[in-house]
Amino acid sequence: MKRHKLRGWIYSAPAVLAMCVLFLGPVLAVLFFSLTDWQLGQKSFSFLGLGNFEALLADKVFLKSLRNTFVYVLLVVPGTVALGLFVAVLLESSEELKGIYRTAHFVPVMAATSAMAIVWGTMLNPSIGMINRVFHWFGYSGANWLRDESTALLALALIGVWQGFGYAMVLFISGLKAIPQQLYEAAEIDGADSAVDRLRLVVLPMLGPVMMFVVIIIAVRAFSVFDTIHVLTEGGPNYGTDALLYRLYVESFNFLRTGYGGAMAVVFLIVVAMLTLVQARVIDKRVHYT
Amino acid sequence: MTPLSLGRTGKIVRHAVLITTALFALIPFIWMLSLSIKPESEIFQRSFHLLPSNLSGLNNYAAVFASAPIVRFLFNGVVVCGAIFMLQLLVSIPCAYALAKLRFRGRDTLFAAVLVVLLIPSQVLSIPHFIMLHHASLLDTYGALILPWVFSAFGVFLLRQFFLTIPDELIHAAQLDGMSEAGIIWRIMIPMSGPVIAAFGIFSVVSHWNDLFWPLIALRSMELSTPALGILLFRDEELGRQFGSLMAATTIIVVPLIAFFLMAQRRFIDGLTIR
Repeated sequence: MKRHKLRGWIYSAPAVLAMCVLFLGPVLAVLFFSLTDWQLGQKSFSFLGLGNFEALLADKVFLKSLRNTFVYVLLVVPGTVALGLFVAVLLESSEELKGIYRTAHFVPVMAATSAMAIVWGTMLNPSIGMINRVFHWFGYSGANWLRDESTALLALALIGVWQGFGYAMVLFISGLKAIPQQLYEAAEIDGADSAVDRLRLVVLPMLGPVMMFVVIIIAVRAFSVFDTIHVLTEGGPNYGTDALLYRLYVESFNFLRTGYGGAMAVVFLIVVAMLTLVQARVIDKRVHYT
Repeated sequence: MTPLSLGRTGKIVRHAVLITTALFALIPFIWMLSLSIKPESEIFQRSFHLLPSNLSGLNNYAAVFASAPIVRFLFNGVVVCGAIFMLQLLVSIPCAYALAKLRFRGRDTLFAAVLVVLLIPSQVLSIPHFIMLHHASLLDTYGALILPWVFSAFGVFLLRQFFLTIPDELIHAAQLDGMSEAGIIWRIMIPMSGPVIAAFGIFSVVSHWNDLFWPLIALRSMELSTPALGILLFRDEELGRQFGSLMAATTIIVVPLIAFFLMAQRRFIDGLTIR
C-alpha cells in the first residue's frame, strides 16, 4: 500500500519538476524583481519596496500605455462580441451554406497575427492600400492611418476585431446549440414569435453564461495585444498605440530594466489572473445550469 | 427550431449579411493573394484590379523561394511545435493519470497548483525564462524555443478531466490480466483519449506556431526563426521591401495552417475553443 502512495508522485514527478522550474519559481522571481532596481546583466541591486510601483504611477509613458490598453479593450471587446453574436445567430437560423460561412469566418483566427498584421499594413498604406482607395472612390481623402495618432489605435482595434470575431462566433454557436428546443416552442405558444421577441425572451437570457465567458476570453486576448503593435506601429506615433505588454517588452528587453519591467509584469499578471478567475467561476456556474 | 425563424426574404437577407461579414473576414487574404501575383509596377497603378494583367508576377514566389529562408522558417516551425507537443504529452499524460486514477497524499494540493498555474499568462515569465536560458547558454537555440513550454497546465487539466470519465473497471480488469501501470496508460488511456489529445495538439501547435512574443526575445539568428518571427525578419530584408514579394512570403507562411484547418475543420474548432 505504501508503494501505491508513492506511485502518484513518481508519475507526477516530471510535471511537478517542470511546473516548479518553469512556472512557480519564475512567478516568485518576477514578484521579487519587481521590488528591486535590478538591471539585466548587473551584479548588484538594491531593494526598493514598492518604489517601482510608485514610479509606474508617475510614469507618463506607462500611464499612457495603460490608458491605450483600456481604450483598445473597450473598442475590441464590444465590437468582437457583438459582431460574433450577430453572425452566430444568423448562421444558426438556417441550414443553407452554414458550413461554408462558418469556415470563412473562422479563417482569421488561424492565421499568424504577425503575418496578417503585415498584410493589414499594406491595406492601410496611404499610397497603395485598399482602404484609402475605397475612401477616394467615395470622394474622401482617406488618412495615413497608422502614422496619425488620432487613428492608429483605432486601426489596430479594427484588426483586433477582425481577428477575434470568428472566435466569438464559434463560442456563441455552441451556446446557441445548447438552448433547449422546448423554449422556442413555449415562447411561440405564448405569442412571442417575432424575431425580436425570440432574441429578447429566449436567446439572450439563455446565452447569459456563455456571454460572460466569451467577453472574458476576448478581453484577455485584447489585454495581451502585442503582435500588431510590434509589427505596425512600435507603440507610436507619440506613444499613441503603446500598450501594457508592449511597454513591458521594451522596458525589460530593450532597456534591460528588469526590476521596472517586472513591476509591469506584476500589473499584467494581476489583470489577467483576475479575469481568468471570474471566467473559472462562470464555467462552474454553467455546469450547474445544464 | 432556430434562433430566428426566417421567411424567404429573411433568408435572402441572411445570405446578404453573412456574405458581407465573410468578405470582411476574407478580404485581407484576397488582397494578399492578389498583390502576391502582381509585378511591383502594377501594385502602384492608380486603378486596382484583382488579377494581374500578365503572369510575370508569379516571379515573386520564385524570388522568395530562391533567396529567403522561408522554407527554413516553416521547417523550424514544424520542429519546434512538434517537439513542444511531444514533450508536453510526455510530461502531462502520466501526471494527468495520477491525478485522475491514483490515490496519494497531496493529490489535491498538486491539482490546486495546476489550477493556479492556469491563471498565469506566459508573457509574465519571459524575464526569468530569459535569465535561466542565458545561464544555461541556451539562448538562440531550438532549446530556448522549446524548453519553457514542456509543461502545459492546460494539457494536464484537460487530460485529467477526460481520464476521469474512463471507468475504473476497465483499469481493474487490465490489472487482473497482469497489465502493468505503464501498459495501462499506453494501451488503454492514450488510445481512448484520441479526440482530446488531438484537440490539445491543435491548441498547442497553433499557439506556438503563431507566437511572436517569445521567439522575438529568445532568438538572435534568422536561421532558427519560427514562421511568425521569420516573416518579420524577411520584411527587413531587401526583397521584403517589395510589396509583391512580401505578400508572396506571407502567403507561404499562412497557407500551411489554413490548409490543415480546411482539411480538419471540426477538430480545429474543437481544439481552439476547448477552454
